[in-house]
This record gives sequence, structure tokens and C-alpha cells, in this order.
Amino acid sequence: MNLEQTTHLIELKVASILLEDDQQAWEKVCDLSDIPPDSGICIFYQNQQIALFNISVVNKVYAVSNYDPIGKANVMSRGIIGSVGESLVVASPLFKHHFNLITGECIEEPGVYLKTYDVRTTKNKVEIRENNK
Amino acid sequence: MSTHKLVVVGNGMVGHEFIKQMLDQPNAEQFMITTVTCEPRLAYDRVQLSSFFSGNTVKQLMLADENKYKENDIDFILNDKVCFIDRPNKKIYTTSGLCKSYDKLILATGSYPFVPPIVGNDQPHCLIYRTIEDLERIKTSADISKIGVVVGGGLLGLEAANALRNLGLETHVVEFAQQLMAIQLDQGGGALLKRKIEALGVQVHINKSTQLITTGEQARYRMEFADDSYLETDMIVFSAGIRPYDELAKGCGLTVGERGGIMINDYCQTGDPDIYAIGECAVWNKQIFGLVAPGYQMARAAVAHINGDNNKRFTGADLSTKLKLLGVEVGSIGDAHGCTPGAQCYSFNDEAEQTYKRLVVSSCGKKLLGAVLVGDTVDYGNLQQLYINGMDLPQPPEQLLIPLLDDASPTTVGIEGVPKTAPICTCYSVSKGDIQQAVQQGCCDMAAIKSSTSASTGCGGCSALVKQVLDNELTKQGVEVNNNLCEHFSYARQELVDIIRIQKIKTFSHLLSKYGTGLGCDICKPAVASILSSYWNEFILKNEHVGLQDTNDAFLANLQKNGSYSVVPRIPGGEITPDKLMVIAKVAKQFNLYTKITGGQRIDLFGAALHQLPDIWRQLVGAGFETGHAYGKAMRTVKSCVGTSWCRYGVQDSTSMAIAIESRYKGLRSPHKIKMAVSGCTRECAEAQSKDIGVIATENGWSLYVGGNGGMRPRHASLFATDLNDKTLISYIDRILMFYIRTAERLQRTSIWLENMEGGIDYLRSVVIDDKLGICEALEKEMVNSIGNYQCEWRTTLESPEKLKRFKHFINSDQSDSHLIYTTERGQIKPAVMET
Repeated sequence: MNLEQTTHLIELKVASILLEDDQQAWEKVCDLSDIPPDSGICIFYQNQQIALFNISVVNKVYAVSNYDPIGKANVMSRGIIGSVGESLVVASPLFKHHFNLITGECIEEPGVYLKTYDVRTTKNKVEIRENNK
Repeated sequence: MSTHKLVVVGNGMVGHEFIKQMLDQPNAEQFMITTVTCEPRLAYDRVQLSSFFSGNTVKQLMLADENKYKENDIDFILNDKVCFIDRPNKKIYTTSGLCKSYDKLILATGSYPFVPPIVGNDQPHCLIYRTIEDLERIKTSADISKIGVVVGGGLLGLEAANALRNLGLETHVVEFAQQLMAIQLDQGGGALLKRKIEALGVQVHINKSTQLITTGEQARYRMEFADDSYLETDMIVFSAGIRPYDELAKGCGLTVGERGGIMINDYCQTGDPDIYAIGECAVWNKQIFGLVAPGYQMARAAVAHINGDNNKRFTGADLSTKLKLLGVEVGSIGDAHGCTPGAQCYSFNDEAEQTYKRLVVSSCGKKLLGAVLVGDTVDYGNLQQLYINGMDLPQPPEQLLIPLLDDASPTTVGIEGVPKTAPICTCYSVSKGDIQQAVQQGCCDMAAIKSSTSASTGCGGCSALVKQVLDNELTKQGVEVNNNLCEHFSYARQELVDIIRIQKIKTFSHLLSKYGTGLGCDICKPAVASILSSYWNEFILKNEHVGLQDTNDAFLANLQKNGSYSVVPRIPGGEITPDKLMVIAKVAKQFNLYTKITGGQRIDLFGAALHQLPDIWRQLVGAGFETGHAYGKAMRTVKSCVGTSWCRYGVQDSTSMAIAIESRYKGLRSPHKIKMAVSGCTRECAEAQSKDIGVIATENGWSLYVGGNGGMRPRHASLFATDLNDKTLISYIDRILMFYIRTAERLQRTSIWLENMEGGIDYLRSVVIDDKLGICEALEKEMVNSIGNYQCEWRTTLESPEKLKRFKHFINSDQSDSHLIYTTERGQIKPAVMET
């Protein structure tokens, strides 16, 4: 199974956990062209800092909290993205802890999470909403 | 607690080693140690003495440290001589009238150079070669001499000849015997050595017995020989062997050997059980050991015995030696002359390659008794192991000289076959077992082995063997010596460099799709970004590169703990005008930045928020500043002193050279950060020897040092070359840096790179100076190409509205990060400790 398929499977699992009748409305936060490919930016959303990453190989945008709970600073959007085994990850620029972009969990310190958000892209529009995880 | 008084007479290499070993004992505080030396300073490295002429300072040669002695309550007396031992009352007296009692007395008085009793040998320019003061006298004499003669063609004599040659004298060696190095080499080896040395311009006169030194006609002196020939010279250095200093022992009735030397047993005790003798003053089993390694072994045996351990006896030492004399590689093992009854000899003289090898084999043909190597000592380590461990020779033995044509298997000793107890590093008595243990405790590269066991940090002759033991042990442990960059590339960094260089690959995605798997990660992305930058030097924030950049490179600034950044403008050579200082001050005030002077003669401005970076740099670039690359694994700064422009002592213009070097290599990306310095004289105010590349001025040109650094494991740089003119200096630095970029591991500093390099600094010299690999031209071209694409990354960024978009905390809001909160300390900002 390649990375794309695994990513898709994990996403299906995550999606099945989500409540279908989610009350959260989608909110446009930026244009897709604002996010350099395979890199990240930070957006302001309902008084929260959120890091968005544009992963070209799966052609998707992922959203996690911008706050590194281990390094204790708002820097996640400036991290390098990549894969560890079959997981999509971002490495914090402070101490290089890896966080799974889909589940938000830290690989080096299991049990430590980044909050994750739902993202959808239509044409050049990037929208996000809170999820209930 | 009772204290024992130890008095150590002599503080040379062996006396100091004894004290060092004593301090390492668990009950060290029970001993009160006094040491007396007639020299004006404590122990220094006599083995490296001749490096004094190639730029090493007295400070660098020092082994002992007065402050350390004081910290450990060691009473040391300089410039004084013990003149009498009162054995019945256990006291020693010195010429200055001091008297010290002892419980145990250690004689480490060493030896003195033998000066043949020639009429006229006591004239002002007739010198010896033993102490720093001797070397100073030689230098003073050389300054007013044109021709120099060394009397004695042994090991030390040839070293002295090299020194005279380096001091610019027409150099001669006069030898009484019929060959050079008669102790270590057979006639064939001696003859080749003579040819090779003469090819270097040193004239060798063998079978010459000097009868008289009188006034010369063309030069200061004339040496008249027994065969009625003569030689004129301005100065003479006597190096005709050493004699043990044993008068003290004779004076108090201790037994001495037939040809001198204080007789000792296996515990290094003399005839008086409370008096020990160690080093060159001692004679054990009718032998005097004129090398430092056996002296150290004696010191260890004496320390053990004084501490009640009778198991560490001195049982003789292997006098095999491998060295470089006037650039000629020479090795001698065991019974080099084949004196053992029934010994059979094989020799191979390769006139084309100018190498000579000789094996001395036991009558049964199975054991190696000795060997001579001249011109090529590659086999030294293997042969020495065969000899020391009495291992069986491959049959027929001559294949060790000339590989069998139909035999593809190598004839080296399998390191597996070497016993655990075999000494691998004789300088520091490190056995194969010690190295294996270090590997088992987690040392998995040469640098780690060196720092934990000291193996291969002395003469370095054993480095290839140490590496064999290391690799063998790792393989045995099932540790695959895997140097893949990361899970995404099954290649070592060096292989990726070759792929990128030869295939002309310009982007990470191209490399990943052809040679890698997965998405890449925070290990391979910055590493590949660095290689791409080293070779093609494109703007690092180009769309295809921006996602590869590590923390600091990504925003061309240094990330600090709270998510703010610091800014370092380039100040080449540390030279800055008051106007430019005012610009920095103005920017720092306007943006309320914490200001600090760095260690590299620059100014660091802290506390800039991401969105402020472009505004800060707009002002700095506008005032003529460039980026300082403090954020990159790149060439950063070249520190300098003021050299001849201002300094009373400067011998070259170090500031101009530092600025030229910094301007040439600024921003060059490399496996790790590179720091450099240029000092205008040997006082070394710029601390160049703690840098990756250090340059020190001497009257004869620049000395180049490589591989120093501060950091976790400080390392003094190694002297690479001396007396360089500006052009040669730059071309050597070009080649060294590019070779480092080509061959180092990811994030490997030059110091570790050099320590892990098989063959070390000698190999680096052969690549860079002798062009052994035939790549010098390519290396220089690659450098010119890379630095030709230099740009100030901040200037380029400021010119691109699209690039500037990234320098905002939020892409969809003009707010800044509310997390950046500061308190003040000593009148400047400091990140507040955040409650989370």
C-alpha cells in the first residue's frame, strides 16, 4: 500500500468518526495560491492560530494548531513537512518533534496532540471548520 | 589518613605522564607530589618539537599546565636541579639549596644529546637539538647563517635537518656510519632514504668522521674529516645519539648499566626499593628505550607498583616505529637487520616507485621477525600486528611484498585473527579489546573512539587499524554500517552529492522521484537543499526550494525560543565604520531589539517578529549591509586582528586578508556552519586555531590551519601548510572547502570530518597539495561556479513582493503573534516566561 492509499484510509476512518450533521459552518480563510506547495502558512481563525500545509503529492491542504505544545511557541506553520514511515508529518522548527498532520499526535511523545481542523478546497478557495475530535 | 611524599626528579614527557597517572588514582589525595625540573617550564611535547619551526608556539607544545598542577596541590620547582640524593635520610638537595624529603623518589631525568669529543665543538654556532631553548638558539643562529650541518643521520638528526631546511639553510647531514638511520633500517632501506633525501636538496655525507672544527674560508667553520676531505658551514647541530642522565644515581651508589642508564626491575625500581627510574634515564634488561611510548609504559608500571599493584609490570617495549622524515615515509619493525639466528630475508626494491620493503622471517618461514619500509608505509599496521602477536604468515610469505598474480584475496591480516590483548595504539597503550569495549559502549565512529580511548590521537599511525577494529566490531554486533541519509534515500550524503553533481539535478522533487521514496523529511530536505545550494547556488527561497529549508533558512533569520527572530548583518572581518554602527543602532532602537555583540565580531539584534524582518532589512540593505548568513549552515564570519595596519607586532595585513576571504566565500553553503579567522602574527589574537579554517601570518607567508572548532568538543585546528603566498592560500582553501562539501556527512563539522578521514591531515594534504585524486582543478572550478552565483538573499527577497508575502505572521490578518511578550533586563528586552 503506498502513502497515498494509506493517507486515504486514515482519512476515511477520521471522517467516519465525524458527526454527519455537523453544525459548524465552513469559513474561507485564504486562497490556495497563498500556500506555497509543500510548505506552510499561518492563518487567524476565530481567535485561534492555525497552520495550513499544502501537500502536493496528495493534492490536499491540512490544518493543525500553530502552537507547538512542547516548544511552547506559535511556530508550527514554519515547520518542514514530510513523511515518517506511512505518516504525513510536520516537524516543529523549535525542537524537531514530528506531529501527524491527520491525527495531530506527536510521534516522539505519544499522547501529546496538536488540535486538527477540517479543510476543504474548491478551486482556489481554502475553507476550514472545527471538527469534533 | 597518612600522606606519602613523592618527589619526581625531571618534568619531561615521562615525568609529567607519571604525575598525570598518579592523579588519576582513586587515592590520589594521599600523595603529596613535588617535581623539580631544570628547564624554565613544565613538560612539553618533545616529539612534536620540530613543529616549533613551522608555527607551533610554546603554548601549543605544552603538555603540563601550571594551573592544573596548582589545583592538584603539586609543588613544582622550575629552573632548579637536584644535585644530591641523601638515601639514608630520604632527602634530595637542589643546586639552589632546597631540601625535600621523600617516601618514594622517581627519577625521570631523561637523557642529553651526545656531542662527539671533537676539537672545536664548543664554538658559538655549535648547537644541540633537545629543548625549546636549543631550538631558539638554532633559529637565532640560522638567521645569520647560510649553510647548516647536522652531525648524525639518525632519526633525530634527520628531523633537525628538516628544521634547518625549513629555516632556509643549505643543509648537510654528516654521518659516521655507512648509512642513514642505521639502528632502524638495513642498508637497502638506508640507501633509498639517502637518495630520496638528496632529491629534496639535503646533501648527505656518509662514512665521515669529523676530526676538527676550525675557522672556514667561505663560511664560518670548516669541518675536517678523517679521510682528509672537509666541509664548510656556518653552523653545526649535533645529533649523534642520546646518553642517559644518570649522574644523580651514580652519585648515591645506585647501580647503572655498562653503557650508562639507571638499572631497573620490572616495577621500575632501582637498586633502592624506594627509588624508581622511568624513561630514557633507565636501563631495563640492558636496554635503553629512547622513545616516549615505552617511557609512558614505565610510568604506568611505577604508578601501579607504588599503589600496591604488582600486576602492571614493565616487560620491555616494541621499538617498531613509523614516521615521516623530510616528507619520506619510513617504517621499521622488530629485528630490521635480521640478526636473529637462521633468519631469512625477503626484500623488494621498486626503483620506479621509489619504494623499498624488506621482511625478516623466522627460519621456519612462519613468523615475522622484522621489517623495513621506505617510501611507502601502507603495510606498516598489518606487519606490526603480525610481528607483535607472533601470528602465522601467509604462505608463501613473499606475497606480503608482491601480491600473487593469481590470488585475488588480500594478504592483509584479518583483524579477526588479532588477539584481544594486542596493542593497537602503542602511544596510549590501547588494545584491540579496549576498542571493542568502547564500541560495545556505544562509540560507533572514529571520532567517538578517539575521544573515549585516546587511540590514534598520538602519532596517528594506527588509525587504519583502529578503523578496522571498529568496523569489524560493528559488523559483529549486527550493526549494519548504514550511512543512508534517512528513510527516504538509500544513499549516503556523499553519494547524493555525486548524483546531484554529475546528473546536474537542480531540485529536490527531481531527486526524490528518481532516487528516493516517500515525501522526504526534515533530515533529507535541508541536507539536499544544502547540496543544491553548494553546487548551483540558486536563491534558496525559490518556490521549488522554499519548503526544504530548515528553521532559520526558511525566513533568513535565526529563530529564538519564543518564535521571534534575530538578525545578523554581515560585518566582513569585523571592520565597521561609525556610520554603519549608527545604522544598526538606529534600527535596533526603532524596532526595540535586544542588542548583543557575537563571538564572531558581529552584532546580533534579537526580538524581531516575523513581519518586521523585511522592514528591518530594507533599512540595513539600504545602508549597504548584506545578509550575514548567521541563519545558514554556511560560511559565516572571518574574525581578524588589526595586523600590520595598526599593530606593533603584525607581520601581514590580516584585516585585508580576512575581508578578502569573507567576501570570497560569504554564504557558501556547506555540511555544517563554517567559521574562519586570520591572525596577523603568531600571537594569534584572532584565535584562528579554534576555527574550521584558520590563517596565521608569519614573516615567510601565511600558515593555514584546518579543522578546529569550539562547540561541545573543542579541537585545535591542524597545521595544514606553511609559508603560503596569497594566491596559493586561496586556492588551498577553495580545494579544502569543496572537498569537505563533497565528502563530509550531513551536519559534520570539519573537525570530525578530518578525524574520521582515513589518513587524516596527511591524506588531505595529498589530495589538496599533491592532487593525488586528480580533482583539484574540478574542485576549484566548482568553487568559482558556486561563489559566482552569490547574491544577498535579503536583497533578492526585498525585490520580490510575492516572496515578502510569507513574512507575515498571519496570511489573512495584519495582527502579530500575541505570544511575543517581553520584560526588560539591564535596560533591554527579554522574552517573558509564559504561563501556558
